[in-house]
Parts: sequence; structure tokens; C-alpha cells
Amino acid sequence: MYFNANGEKVSRARWKEMYDAFKNRQEIVKAGLDRRELLKMGLLTSAGMLVAKNGLSSRAFADSWGSGSCYSGTSGCGTCASPYTTPWVMNMPIPAVKQPIAVSALTGPAPTIAPNNAINPATGIAYEGRTRAHQTPIGSNSNLPFPATKVYQVSQQVANVNMSNDLPLQRLWTYDGVSPGLTYVAHYGEPVMIRNYNNLPATNGGFGINSVSTHLHNGHTPSESDGYPCDYFAAGQYYDQYYPNQLAGFLSDHISTNGDPNEALGTLWFHDHREGYTAQNVYKGLVGHYLLFNNNDTGDETTGFHLPSFPNYDIPMMFADRCFDAKTGDLVFDTFNTDGILGDKFMVNGVIQPVLHVSPRRYRFRWINTGPSRFMQLYLTDLNNPTASQPFWQISNDGNLLPHPIQVPAVALGVAERSDVIIDFSQYSGKTIYIENRLIQPNGQGGPSGNVSGGGQGFLMLKIIVDQPTVADNSVAPSANTSYYTLPSVSAAPRVTRNFNFDQGRNGQWTINGGLFSCTTARFTVQQNSLEQWNFSNGWGWSHPIHVHMEEHQVIQGAPGLYGSSSDDSSNYSKWGSQYCWSGCNSSGETGVNLSRKDTVRLVPRSNASIKMRFRDWMGRYVMHCHNVIHEDHAMMLRFDIAATGDTNSNP
Amino acid sequence: MSEVSRRKLFAGLAMVPVMGAIAASGDDHPATPHKFAPSLPGREVMRQRYFPNLELVTSEGKEVKFYDDLLKDKIVVLNLMYANCEGVCPTITSNLKVVQKYLREQIKHDIFIYSLTLKPEEDTPARLKEYAKMHHITDKNWTFLTGKPENVEFLRHKLGFADPNLEIDKDKSKHSGMLRYGNEPMSIWGTCQGSGEPEWIAQEIGFAVPREFKVHPQVNE
Repeated sequence: MYFNANGEKVSRARWKEMYDAFKNRQEIVKAGLDRRELLKMGLLTSAGMLVAKNGLSSRAFADSWGSGSCYSGTSGCGTCASPYTTPWVMNMPIPAVKQPIAVSALTGPAPTIAPNNAINPATGIAYEGRTRAHQTPIGSNSNLPFPATKVYQVSQQVANVNMSNDLPLQRLWTYDGVSPGLTYVAHYGEPVMIRNYNNLPATNGGFGINSVSTHLHNGHTPSESDGYPCDYFAAGQYYDQYYPNQLAGFLSDHISTNGDPNEALGTLWFHDHREGYTAQNVYKGLVGHYLLFNNNDTGDETTGFHLPSFPNYDIPMMFADRCFDAKTGDLVFDTFNTDGILGDKFMVNGVIQPVLHVSPRRYRFRWINTGPSRFMQLYLTDLNNPTASQPFWQISNDGNLLPHPIQVPAVALGVAERSDVIIDFSQYSGKTIYIENRLIQPNGQGGPSGNVSGGGQGFLMLKIIVDQPTVADNSVAPSANTSYYTLPSVSAAPRVTRNFNFDQGRNGQWTINGGLFSCTTARFTVQQNSLEQWNFSNGWGWSHPIHVHMEEHQVIQGAPGLYGSSSDDSSNYSKWGSQYCWSGCNSSGETGVNLSRKDTVRLVPRSNASIKMRFRDWMGRYVMHCHNVIHEDHAMMLRFDIAATGDTNSNP
Repeated sequence: MSEVSRRKLFAGLAMVPVMGAIAASGDDHPATPHKFAPSLPGREVMRQRYFPNLELVTSEGKEVKFYDDLLKDKIVVLNLMYANCEGVCPTITSNLKVVQKYLREQIKHDIFIYSLTLKPEEDTPARLKEYAKMHHITDKNWTFLTGKPENVEFLRHKLGFADPNLEIDKDKSKHSGMLRYGNEPMSIWGTCQGSGEPEWIAQEIGFAVPREFKVHPQVNE
């Protein structure tokens, strides 16, 4: 039986025609035909649209999910088909810095160590949705004052947000009325407490749930403040989250130095992590930046590591893709797609294809892929010479500074991966440069094809115009090979080695070792302050970015490097990691940017990776999960606990 | 080609990856600004996208409309099955029996379970009735459904129960073990795993249930 886009029965011959159309389109994409060639072939109108030829219709094969109706011919609603948006009109938003307030200025009762579950007469439910006390020694250790050195209050609320002048205002769910939310600027040694209010409405426009749990991604955070997926709280409630901002080891193996100075974190982000609804709520806008500075990474280019100064020359950027309804122009979510969803509109900091004006000097950009399912490989592209390599410097992996800067042709980012880079725009003075995602990903199954398109033929995400006045640059050139942090040794024998297989083992249900997530079941218990090794293996045909909460890890085997064929290899892959390959790949070259501290490791199809990490200082419930948030929501996640005594379950 | 489908087609083509470079040239502005239809309420978005009002037949032989009779104004759970399935179905059916017991105890509101056969050709209403009897399913809020094969197949795709791997999709014994659950008027829709622990499945279905319908609401819900 065969169906067309509208679900009507069609003949086999017609179906074949539709399938051929789909394949033709793929061929064109694969061939990377340029505008002139397409025009010559009569396949392109002068307005830049592909002609409406039966043999090319993207939705002949499956309906598209921007169309108001949805029919999953292949995966989910099929291919996204958003309405037209004019690129390079709006400026790239840079969220303002979130300001602390006095404890006395908090709305509601004073903060308490135990959850304040007294009934709020205004709502008839508990003031606070927290269910566990702030753990010891918060409030009893001089490094952990309570309430905290700095106190903030944030409101999760609906807001009308402009994502493109060609689209209606979007009813997004936001932190403080903007998406990404206001940026937290934190400093090591200065604990913060955030009173997090859920003021979200019950009406959701079709997706999202107004029950939330905010996770600080890569935070070395006590469990009850981590944003554990089952620590959600209701509309009308607050949740006081305590972020210690202390170096790992400060209560365990590095007490005398207040933690290990080589394990400083830098670029973190926060996002909703509500069990079962993370994808919907993040898609709806619940994301924001959290930057952590210290005496080395100071935010001032005249001190410490002399990195470009925040905020003028140090700019966080969240990359994401979205789909919009062709009729209403409203953001749409593919609710019943449990494979992974891809949009056709690319946003940076919440605006579709924006513009950034810069001065001819060095900038630090902090790149974050916020998903939901798309992997990216970001290049700098000069459209006047699109095939020329435009190398730049990568200084962090997952937001943690590397041992030293490494020059790279591109950066690959699975969902949730992050990379700080330094780009010297003095070489581009007066020019226009684009940030381009050249990674080809045919569907949302988390499976990039492994191929990259030619320069100028991928997705252009940000237009950078180097037209601002020449200004002083006191930052140090990365080519001077400054040393940042030494990698802490993980060569000691692990207390336990655990094996995890990521697959779609049980009738389409995403599993880890064949098991499904549950809030109430801890699959294993880590012994606090011990070193563990985790071996990951992946099934066929799918990619999974695996994220571990609580502490960063080092990839000791199997870290994937840049995607792409050998044609853009300069025989230097070893410098920035092993080359991507489909199978049989011996990824032993853990060098370059993979010599780093990470919190998310990309598993490509049929691959293995091993990580080592210590779980120090804090106890309680944490999770490890696939950060393709669609997979995460559909059970590719497990709870592990950290306790004084751990188990040695090697296949939990 | 009608104007509407032409427009759809153009919109569909605008996303071809080669357009990245073309868009950059800046000369592909549409002639007129896009006129958008007004936004729809959440439940209407969901109905139009996923819930066709197709005719189905219950195990009692009663004809029902999928949206009007089964979903509208209700809290529901949907799963796939077929009578002679020996794979994941027996687990899910027995899980759902326990789930329903939990829901009866914990939720002060009707929650309807709909089990849709994947083999409508074989699974007549009588056969589904026999299946329910065999599993001692007597609760009036649990309905087994069959229908015209094209209706069932269409619905299966609409609800995202099709596997992207066509080989796997053809093999009915490998059908999706996911459960869709939702609160239609509030347009809260989620997916949980039919093979999970029944108590946990019941908790997840509870995510779509407002606090006032819960016998023992937790402090954080």
C-alpha cells in the first residue's frame, strides 16, 4: 500500500515517481551544484527558488512538518519546510549580564537549607518545589556560605520574541523574557544562589509542559541543585539552586588548594531538563549562558591568560535549528517523532541568520550547539573565495580551556558540545566572513552522513562584517602558544570499569544496556571521590552525544575528530583528533583538541569510546544520557547515584 | 496544480541545502511579504497535525471517530498491538493492566487506553474481544480498535509509530513499543516506554494530569 503526502492512497507507479523525486533532490544536494549550474539546467528561477518540478519536490516523498499536517513517511513528519525568511537583517542578540540582588529583595520567604514546603496561601501549593535539603557542608563550610555570596532571582515566563522580521512574534518560554536568557557571569570562589521561579502558563501553543527542572550543564553541582530531570517544580513555585563555583576536589583530593586549579570550567550553559519534556521545553526557548571566570581566565585581556575581554570581545553564541509552520509562521515541534528532529532555520542566540559587526582584532567566541538533534561542523567562509581554508584557534573543548591553543580548520559540535575559539579579524578588515555549518545530515536520527559540503554550500549561520573602528588589542596571540591548564592525570587504575551499550534495542525504545530510564531507579552507585572508567559502544546507523553530569571527563580512547573526507585533510588530523570513519576505525590518536576535559562525547555509528573521570565532593542523584534531547526524553538516559559506598557493577 | 499546493511546494523547496550559498547572494527576496494565518490554539495545532478524524471500529463492533469520539476533551494512552503478537505486546498489555490499576487508584479522572491493532485484516472486532477476554481486560475505559487497513495504516504514521528503517517497519513483530499519552484539551503530549516498569509508566502518564485530579499530589507538582 502506498500513500502520498496527504495520506491518500496512490498507485505503486506514482509512489515510485515520488521516491525518484526524493532521490533526485538528494543527488543535487550531493553533487553540490552551484547556482549557475542549476540555472543552466533550468532548475532554478532567477528569484533563487528551485523550480516546482515534480521530479524535485521535497515533499513528494513525505509530508513536511511545517505544513500544518504531518505524515511520517520516513521519520517523524518528514522534511521541515519553514516559510521564507530574509537572512542578514537582524543583529545577533548578545544577552545582557544577569544582575545579583540582595537576599532581602527575593520574592517570597527567606532561603532555607531544607526545602520550604510550607503552603503558599496565594497558590495553595508549597512555596518551593525542592524535595531535598542543600547537602552538607553547604552553610557550614567557609567556602560555602548560605544563602550565598551572590543571590539572583530568575523568572521563567512566556514572552513574545522576534526571531525574524519575516515571521510573526513567537510565544517563547524564556528565562527573564529573553531566549537565550540573561547571561550569568560567575567567578570561582563566589558561590551563587538562584531563586528560580516557574511563572510559565498552562496554555502551551501545542507543546511544552509548565513543569521545569533547570540544569547547569557541566556544573560541579550538588545533586539537589543540579537540575536532575525528576527534580521538576510546578508553576507558581520556586526552586532555590545553589551553585558552589568551587574547583573539583575542593572537599576531597585538593583541599589545601581549594580544588584542582587545572580543572577550572569556563563556558557552561543552563537549560530545561524536565523528565520526558526536555526537548519540548528547550525547543520552546529555555536556554541560557553561564560563564565562569577565575584568576587565569579573568575576562580582562590585560591580566591572567590575556584572553579577549568580556563582554566586548568575548561573545557567547548558541547555535540551533528550528522549524516554523508554513501557514501561521509559528514555531512547530514534531511531537511524535522519537528519532530526532531537524529544522531548516538556523539561529544564533535566538535570531535566524543574524549579523554581527566587529572590529579588526581578536575575539573570543564561545560556541554552543543547543540542538535539539542536529550535529554541526562550523567553518569560517569568505564567499568571495569559498573554498579557501580559513583556520582559526580552538582554545577549549566543551568550554574547558585546553592545555594550549590549537589551530583548526573547523570545529565539530554534537548537540551540547561547546568550543571556545579565537578568531583574529584584523586579517579580514573591511571584509565579510560567515560562520557556516558544512556538515551534511540527512535526517534527525542523529546521523550526520559523515560528509561535509564544499565551502559556501552548507548552511550559513552568521554574517560577520568587519567594519567597526580599529581598537587596541591587548589579548595575546594564540600563535604564541600560551599554556592554559595541564591535564590532570587519569592514568591511575579505575575503581571500577563499567560498560554501556547505546542502542534502540526494544521495539524502537531507546536503551542503555537494554534498560529504560526511570526517576526512581538508580542503575548503579559510584563511590564518592573514586576514579571510574566508562566504556561506551554504539549500535548501527545512529549517532549519540553522551553527556555525564557532575564532573568533566577525559576521553582516553575513541574520540571522534572532524567529519569529512580526506580531501579537506591536510594530513594533520592527528593534530586535532582522529578522522571520522564509519567502522573499523582505530581512533587511538587522542591528541590535539581531544586532549581535553569534556562533558559530552560524540558516538558515531558503530563506534566505541572510553572515558575516565572522578566523582568528587558531592553526593546524590545524577544522570548520564544521550543529548539528542529526543533520544534523552525517550529513555536513553540512566540515573546513577554517588554515595559513600559504591558498587562494582560492570554492566549496569 | 492548485494554488495551495503550489505554495506548499515552493516552501518545501526553499530548504534544499544548496540554497545556503544562494541565500547569501541576497537577491531572492520574495515579491511580497508573507501573509500568515492567525495562530491556532495548542489543541487545534495538534489536531490538525496529528489527529485525523478517521473511522475506526471497537472490539464491540461500534464505529467511532478517532478525534471526536476517542480524543476530544480526554486524557488518553495509545499503543499498538495485534492479537497473535508474541513479541513486545504481551509485556505491554500486562503492563498496561497494572498501569490502569495504578491510575484508577491515583487519578480522580477518567483515563482512556486505546490499543490499536497493526493487523486490521486479521483482527476483527470479535477477535479483539476474544483477546481482551483472554487477558481479563474488562475495564470500560480500555478500548481495542481495528478498522479499514488504510485508516489504521494512516493513523500509525500520523502518530509517529513508523520506523524510519523500512525493513524494520515492514516487520510487524518489531513494531514500536512506545506509548503515546496526552491531555487533549491542554495539548500536553508525551511518549513513554511500554516495556518499562508499570508504576513508572503510570507516573509518566500522570505528567499530563493536572494536580487537582491527583489523589496524592507530590509537593513539586
